[in-house]
Amino acid sequence: MDQEGIKLMEPILAAKNLSKKYGKVVALENANLELYPGEVLGVIGDNGAGKSTLIKVLCGAVTPDSGEILLDGQPVSFTSPIEARTLGIETVYQNLALSPALSITDNMFLGREIRQKGFMGKFLRFLDKKAMADEARKRLSELGLLTIQNINQLIETLSGGQRQGVAVARATSFGTKLVIMDEPTAALGVKESRRVLELIGEVRARGIPIILISHNMPHVFEVADRIHVHRLGTRLCVIDPKKYEMSDAVAFMTGAKEAPKD
Amino acid sequence: MNKISDDISKDLKDQPKFTSDIGEADQDHHIFEVEEQSTLKKIQHFLHGNPTIVPVIILILSVIGFGFIAGGKFFSAFNLSLIVQQVTIVGILAAAQTLIILTAGIDLSVAAMMVLASVFMGKLSVEMGIPTLPAIAVGLVSGVATGAFNGLLVTRLRLPPFIVTLGTWNIFFALVIFFTGSQSIRSSDIEINAPLLHFWGERINLGGFVFTYGAFLMIGIFIFLWFLLNKTAWGRHVYAIGDDKDAAELSGIRTDRMLVSIYAVAGLVVAIGAWVSIGRVGSVSPTSFYEGNLDSITAVVIGGTSLFGGRGTIIGSLFGALIVGVFSSGLSIAGLDVLWQRFALGCLIIIAVGIDQWIRKVSN
Repeated sequence: MDQEGIKLMEPILAAKNLSKKYGKVVALENANLELYPGEVLGVIGDNGAGKSTLIKVLCGAVTPDSGEILLDGQPVSFTSPIEARTLGIETVYQNLALSPALSITDNMFLGREIRQKGFMGKFLRFLDKKAMADEARKRLSELGLLTIQNINQLIETLSGGQRQGVAVARATSFGTKLVIMDEPTAALGVKESRRVLELIGEVRARGIPIILISHNMPHVFEVADRIHVHRLGTRLCVIDPKKYEMSDAVAFMTGAKEAPKD
Repeated sequence: MNKISDDISKDLKDQPKFTSDIGEADQDHHIFEVEEQSTLKKIQHFLHGNPTIVPVIILILSVIGFGFIAGGKFFSAFNLSLIVQQVTIVGILAAAQTLIILTAGIDLSVAAMMVLASVFMGKLSVEMGIPTLPAIAVGLVSGVATGAFNGLLVTRLRLPPFIVTLGTWNIFFALVIFFTGSQSIRSSDIEINAPLLHFWGERINLGGFVFTYGAFLMIGIFIFLWFLLNKTAWGRHVYAIGDDKDAAELSGIRTDRMLVSIYAVAGLVVAIGAWVSIGRVGSVSPTSFYEGNLDSITAVVIGGTSLFGGRGTIIGSLFGALIVGVFSSGLSIAGLDVLWQRFALGCLIIIAVGIDQWIRKVSN
């Protein structure tokens, strides 16, 4: 999908004129962002560009001073990641937010467990462990992760890539409109990073758009459809990774080169 | 000739399969890091997956050991059932303490909370002439309230549970002295005015084994909490919070609300313990169970629950309490001074925490 084609569509998520100050430090100043259906939007920026504040605003962890967020064209506001999540904005955090001593199934359903039907579930509030395990297995296999044999394995027995897989499976399982992924490959080795990039492709193939924040230029250029360059608290430009080189992106990011106007 | 061409075509057929095998193996490689494990490592992993095994082994070994040292007297039905009677109160306190420690907290105020609840029950029913059941209800409510108070301080003021409960321990203790004027409520007065308070102290003889009703209640509490922790979302959230509070919050658990509810449930369990304690001791004494806080922590730690939260089982704490009981009983029957009982207990605590630390290394 090219830049012109995509602009004809209605964005799933649009941020308009977001501003956020911490004391005298301006983290965001009239920042905009649009995420279109079915795309992977890379977000890059130098350290201190306000990139992480932008993401925290979008996932509900930080409330902006001004500006608005539109989800499917409707203005939304949320004060916590939980509220953002109930609206369908899922975030895969850099530290993954998994509980290592709990099982894969427990983690996938943490905070939205399935209860048994009838008396046992309604009054004794017993969990339907079988239904949860079945569902977890289904989700993981949809993402090509069924090589995890035992769905009741503890998270701490999994490798970094597998944990990422569980976090992504969780983020894409509950009526999700879009997924924000924060530095998903930062802590991983070469092979595991590769697997996670494939995973991003699989999530996109299922029609869920992704905002991908990463410092790793090759990874961003490999999977992103468009790249949002953030600089000095606002959006500098959006570039097509097919038309620009990584060195160009770095030059825009650092201000060494004039950004393209379009 | 034919055979060779067969071989070649077979090779050709195998060729792509072979490469695709590599591809799969390659993918699997990072999915499963199979490493050779030494026996020690295997034990470590096994214990990691089954944390209750350690206290069970210690309990069995100590029962056998004291059987040898102290002889038949230790093994008598009377003595074994006496041990269960003696650990009833510490066991109930340990059950409540387990909930708190699983969240990576600690509650130094449980015993003071319990005495306070028993004071309410005794005062209201014996001295103020209120019917016993409402008096008990007030005691139970005081347990929930004091527990929730701890939880609110921990979550609202963001103070470490250790400091909060060190403070409330003194506050609750002072309240006990204030309400009682340091006077005990005598057993005989309770018997006349509110015999129901002694209910859990009544004994039942099962073929030489003498159990109080309270001992059964303690077991019941453990079973109930086991179901709560393992079969309900609430229980899973207790573990998740202790494991990694921030992760739990990001997963959508309202951790502050959960923590207050956990402290409140612990308070309720403690208040039930208060009723049982009146039956066990007979009177309501403001200075009783002064060491109950530390004894309950000891039982939980020996029972294999990690002080760092998220790891451990409620049943382990029952075994932990029994181990403490077996040690006290065995050492005193063997004729050893009380100081050696304490000495042995101290060693047990250190060994238990040492084992826990070693087991936890698995995850790194």
